[in-house]
Amino acid sequence: MFAAPLPPLAGSLFNLLAIVSLLLAFVMLGSRWLNAYLGAFAVQSWLIAVLSATVAHYGGYPELYGIAALTALFRGLVLPYLLLRITRRLNVDRELHERLSPSASLVVGGLLVMFAFVVANHLSTALGLGGTVAVLALTAMLSMTLIGFLLLVVRREVVSQILALLVIENGIFLGSQILVPGMPLLIELVILFDLLVAVACFGVLARYLVVHAGTTSSRELTRLVG
Amino acid sequence: MTPGPLVAVILLAPLAALMGCQIVRAPRVAEGLNVIAAVLVFAAVLWLLPVALGGPYILLHGYIIVDALGAWVLLSCGAVYLLASLYAVGYMRARDEPQRLHRFYALLAGFALTILLGPLMNNIGVYWIAIEFTTLVSTFLVGFEKTRESVEAAWKYIVIVSAGISLALLGIVFYYWNASAHLGPTFNLTWETLRSVAPQLNPTMALAAFLLVFIGFGTKVGLAPMHTWLPDAHSEGPAPVSAMLSGALLNTAMVGIVRFIHVTDAVRLGALPRTVVVGIGALSLAIAALFITRQTDVKRLMAYSSVEHMGVMTLGFGFGGPLGVAGALYHMLNHSLNKSLMFFGAGNALRAFHSKRISRIHHVLSAMPVAGALWLAGAVAITGAPPFGLFLSELTILRAGLAGPNAWAVYVMLILLVVIFVGFLNHFRAMYFGESAPAAATGRQPSRSERIWCVLPMWLAFVPILIMGLWWPSAFSHYFNVIAIQLGRGL
Repeated sequence: MFAAPLPPLAGSLFNLLAIVSLLLAFVMLGSRWLNAYLGAFAVQSWLIAVLSATVAHYGGYPELYGIAALTALFRGLVLPYLLLRITRRLNVDRELHERLSPSASLVVGGLLVMFAFVVANHLSTALGLGGTVAVLALTAMLSMTLIGFLLLVVRREVVSQILALLVIENGIFLGSQILVPGMPLLIELVILFDLLVAVACFGVLARYLVVHAGTTSSRELTRLVG
Repeated sequence: MTPGPLVAVILLAPLAALMGCQIVRAPRVAEGLNVIAAVLVFAAVLWLLPVALGGPYILLHGYIIVDALGAWVLLSCGAVYLLASLYAVGYMRARDEPQRLHRFYALLAGFALTILLGPLMNNIGVYWIAIEFTTLVSTFLVGFEKTRESVEAAWKYIVIVSAGISLALLGIVFYYWNASAHLGPTFNLTWETLRSVAPQLNPTMALAAFLLVFIGFGTKVGLAPMHTWLPDAHSEGPAPVSAMLSGALLNTAMVGIVRFIHVTDAVRLGALPRTVVVGIGALSLAIAALFITRQTDVKRLMAYSSVEHMGVMTLGFGFGGPLGVAGALYHMLNHSLNKSLMFFGAGNALRAFHSKRISRIHHVLSAMPVAGALWLAGAVAITGAPPFGLFLSELTILRAGLAGPNAWAVYVMLILLVVIFVGFLNHFRAMYFGESAPAAATGRQPSRSERIWCVLPMWLAFVPILIMGLWWPSAFSHYFNVIAIQLGRGL
């Protein structure tokens, strides 16, 4: 957390960025179109980059400017580009057989946010940080993780599953920017690099799925049971 | 002697093999490089064992730790890497696909590298990344055969494990946040730092963080109910890969859980965290018992047996105390060797009968006399019957449990072990002494040299588990005691 008390403007900015990022997760929940997910993910990553820069400015962590630039570059540009290529190559543009309709998943998502808020409030109070920016950061972090898991469960296209994992990662990254801004630079860099490698691996595997299993949907992956 | 050069050998040998395989691209050279790397790693690991007793040593600006626990896990990983490399020579030659072999060996060496990195990592964030990389590399080994089933298994593996492991990252962020209240905003979160700050951590937060990392790394260890990727991945990869996954990878992830249990002991939380660990261990045993008795696929049978043994190990570490730790660590080495033996046997059976279905495998002893006998002996050993190593370690874990507050788990474990013993060996009875007529042998017979490569590693795995079943070396007891003291429970 921050050593000095934050100016009110900084607190409001953090809250605004966290809330809009969370709303973008709901955009993903509420849509069937893969391009909409992709767009929402890219904008979310840009917002997180702005958040890093804001933390760098108000918290006095100049190294976070570098992280902000790298986040914008990798999470905001490279990852969406890689995913766009995967989507094009797989030739799918929407979810056909999701397990839960977008409107129903919005409701479930809302419940998950409420649960996340209760947990976040409890944990922050335990740490003596009730009523600070930590509560909202923790809520956003936990709800994005939960929404990522929800997406993973209800969506079946391989691209949606990759994006669901990335939403979980984005949520953790967003929370850690506010809660632990002093996290050593090396760790953050390696995690960014790791994400890149992971998405590349997912891309290759998705191609294998199309070529060798003839499907882009996990609905068809039912050979291995028991 | 300082451990620096040994650690360098352990990490650089697989790296060199990985690069060599990619540059030369000749199957025989790739085979040779991989075996040489595995021998070097195993020799270095054996040497590191006594050296690490003087530790813990911190190297490379605090990023590498060499302690007794890590060295012991490296021993079991190094042994499995050596056995799998030897077995792969015969097994992969018989697949008649030499043009892709160099890639297989490059991936295998890379997989070994990431596995060997894990126990050496001192920084918790970097440890998480090492575990994540094991998934990314091994998913391509699981999907290597490029059949419909293997690609499905690879996809499920990478998605489930990536999702699970992200919870561990969340838990690590929680630990960092909690500790930053006492250590300032920027510090390196090493195991030692976390251990020293643990008494001041907020209990609620520390409990949440512990549960998250336990679920996260528990997914990778294959504990129920997060085990669902494991039977798919272990059954669809080539046999040497299955052995590496089961005997080496799971241990590397277990190290993290053990170290986190030890950190959590220092946060006064009472008995709750250990009860959760014991409960999950018992649940893993129960799930494994159910799926073992009804299993129809021989490699999935072995995979569920891995879930069982990870559950037993988790029980051992969860019971704790010098006895529990000693039993679990002895179990780790024995299970690694024994499970390698079992997967090699399954690979040989797959070769001989062209099927993984238990109902299609008959009269194993007449089809492959030596390998069949070893496989049967291994099956008796893996169910925890005397005179083999796993019997001694399970007995030790049971004794450790009776002394602790979670004695109920001892009775659960005992009943489930009996169920598994009967269920597991019943499948072997059907395969060895079943009534049905032997299937006509089809396909090409393996050549003499391939047969030697396929049976030799089985002997190399079998002899140590027999010796360790008859004789528990006192040097091991001393070693486990040091580990238990370092873990803060043996004092």
